Amino acid sequence: MIRRILAIAMAEFRIQRRNRWLVSATSLMTLFALALTFAGSAPTGTLGVDLLTVSVASMTTLAVYLAPFLALMIAFDAIAGEAERGTLGLVLTYPLSRGEMLLGKFAAHLSVLSIAISLGLASAGVAAALAGGAGPESLLALARLIVTAILLGACFLALGYAASALSNSVAGAAGLAVGLWLVLVVLYDLGLLGALVFDNGGGFTSHVFPWLLAANPADAFRLWNVADSQQVALVSGMAGAGAALPVWAAPLSLFLWPLLALGLARAAFARVEP
Amino acid sequence: MTDDTRALAVSALTKTYGQAEVLCGIDLNVAAGERVALLGHNGAGKSTLIKLVLGLIRATGGTITVAGHAPGSMAARRATAYLPEQVAFHKSLTGREQLTTFARLAGEHPKTVSPLLERVGLAEAADRRIGTWSKGMRQRLGLAQALLGRRRVALLDEPTSGLDPISRHDLYAVIAEMAAGGTAVLIASHALTELEARTDRIAIMRKGRLVADDTLPGLSQQAGLPTRIRLTARDGAADRVHAQLGGARVNGCAVELCCTADQKMAQLARISGLGDAVRDIEMAPPSLEDIYRHYCGEARQ
Repeated sequence: MIRRILAIAMAEFRIQRRNRWLVSATSLMTLFALALTFAGSAPTGTLGVDLLTVSVASMTTLAVYLAPFLALMIAFDAIAGEAERGTLGLVLTYPLSRGEMLLGKFAAHLSVLSIAISLGLASAGVAAALAGGAGPESLLALARLIVTAILLGACFLALGYAASALSNSVAGAAGLAVGLWLVLVVLYDLGLLGALVFDNGGGFTSHVFPWLLAANPADAFRLWNVADSQQVALVSGMAGAGAALPVWAAPLSLFLWPLLALGLARAAFARVEP
Repeated sequence: MTDDTRALAVSALTKTYGQAEVLCGIDLNVAAGERVALLGHNGAGKSTLIKLVLGLIRATGGTITVAGHAPGSMAARRATAYLPEQVAFHKSLTGREQLTTFARLAGEHPKTVSPLLERVGLAEAADRRIGTWSKGMRQRLGLAQALLGRRRVALLDEPTSGLDPISRHDLYAVIAEMAAGGTAVLIASHALTELEARTDRIAIMRKGRLVADDTLPGLSQQAGLPTRIRLTARDGAADRVHAQLGGARVNGCAVELCCTADQKMAQLARISGLGDAVRDIEMAPPSLEDIYRHYCGEARQ
C-alpha cells in the first residue's frame, strides 16, 4: 500500500515541479510575506513589540487567504483533470485503490504546499527578525504560524479534491474551488459579522459565535494563532473571541478538518465513473 | 475457483443507465492463450463491456470473472492488462518516468521498464517528455504498460488506431506473443481486414447484444454467405463456360459464380470438367467485412 501511494506521490510531485507550481507558489508566498512584513512595520514603536511579532500578525492575515487559495489551485485539477484528459481510467485499472491514489496525490501536493509556505513565511520572518529584532516568543509564533498554515492548506487541498471529484469537468471544478474559497474564507466571516451586529451583544455573541468561528477552518487558524500569543492578539485585535473558547477548540478543528475533507473527497471520488 | 482455461468469463451480463439498456444478456468466454476480436458499431456496447470487465463501472445484472476473481478486485486488476482507446498520459512526465510509475503500481521492479521500452521501440524517446511525442508513440507506450508483469487477461480497445502500417504489424506480433504466453486477449476494433488473420474467434455486438461468437469459417457457415468464384475463360470460350455453369458474365471473358460452402467442391468438380476452356480461377470466401455486415443487419443485397 505504502509503495503504491509513494509511486503516485513521486510522479505527482514531479508533475507539480515541471508545471512550475512549486516555484510559483513559493515565490508568491515569499513575495507577499515580505511585502506585508515591511509595509506593516509601522505599529512597532506604538505597541512596544518587536518587528517579527508584527510581521507574524500580518502574515496570519495573509495566510488565511493565500494558503487556501494555493491549496485549491493545486487540488481542483486532481480528479476532474485526470478524468478529462483520459488518464484516470488507465490508472484505476492497476491494483491501486481510489483511497491510495488520493493519498498519493495528497502527499505530493502537501509537500509542494509545505515547501511554499515554509520558505515564504520563514524568509519573511528572518528578514523581519534581522531588521527589527525577534524574541523567543515571536519565533515560536512564527513556527506556529507555519505549522498551522500547512494544516489549513491540507484542509483546503482535501476540499479541492472533493470539488474535483464532484465536478464533471476541469472548468466546473475550478468554479467550485473558487466558490469554496469565497464561502469559507470571505463570506462566512461576513455572515457572522452580520449576525453579530443583529444580535447586538446577546446570547449568540457570547455562546454560539465563538464556536461557529472555530468550526470554520480559516477562522480556527486565526484563533489558534492569536489565542496562543497575547502579543499577536494585541496586534490583530482578535483576542476577544478566542478567550471565550477552550484552548483545544481551534486546534481540534484544524486537525479534524483535513481528515473530514479527505473522507468527503474519498466518498465523492467513489462515484466517479472514468 | 472456475474452469482454469477460461481466463475471462462473462455470463448474462446486463447494464442499464436509467431507462437505457446498454448491454443485455451478454455471454462471452475467452480462454487462456486465445485471441478474440470484439466487433460492433460505435455505441454497440463494446467499451461498456470492457469497462465492466475492468471493474470501472458496476453491472446491473449477470456475472464476470477475471482469472477467477470479481472484476475490480485487487487480484483481478493484477491479472488484467488494459490499453484504452484514446490512451493518454501526463504530458510533463517522460516515457520512462510514466512507465516506472505503472511498474511500481503493478508491483513490478522498475528494472523491467528499460527492456519494455526497447521492445516497443521507444528506447530513444524514453527520456523526453510525453507532451512532445506523436500519437503513435503514445500508443506504443500504452502497449508497453499493458506488457508489464504477467497478465492473464488483456483488454485492448482499438489498439491500432493512429498507428502506421509497420507499427500495426509490430503490435500484432506483440499480441501474438502475449497469447502464446497464455494471456487471453480481447481486441475491440473496427479494423476488420487486420483482425481477420490475427484472431482465433470473432464476437460481434449489436445494440447491446452479442449477435455472433464463433470462428470466421463457423460464422460464414452460419450466416450462409456465398463464396464467390471468378473464372477467366480462354478467348472465345466465355459463352460456353457461362452456358454450362450459369452465373454472371463479367468483362467479356470472365464468369462469376456464387455458391455456399458445402457446394464448393461440387462446383469445382464441374469447373475442372470444362478442361482448358477455363484459363484461371479465383475463389473469395466471405470476408470478415461481409460477415460483419450480415450480423449487423446491413447486408444490401
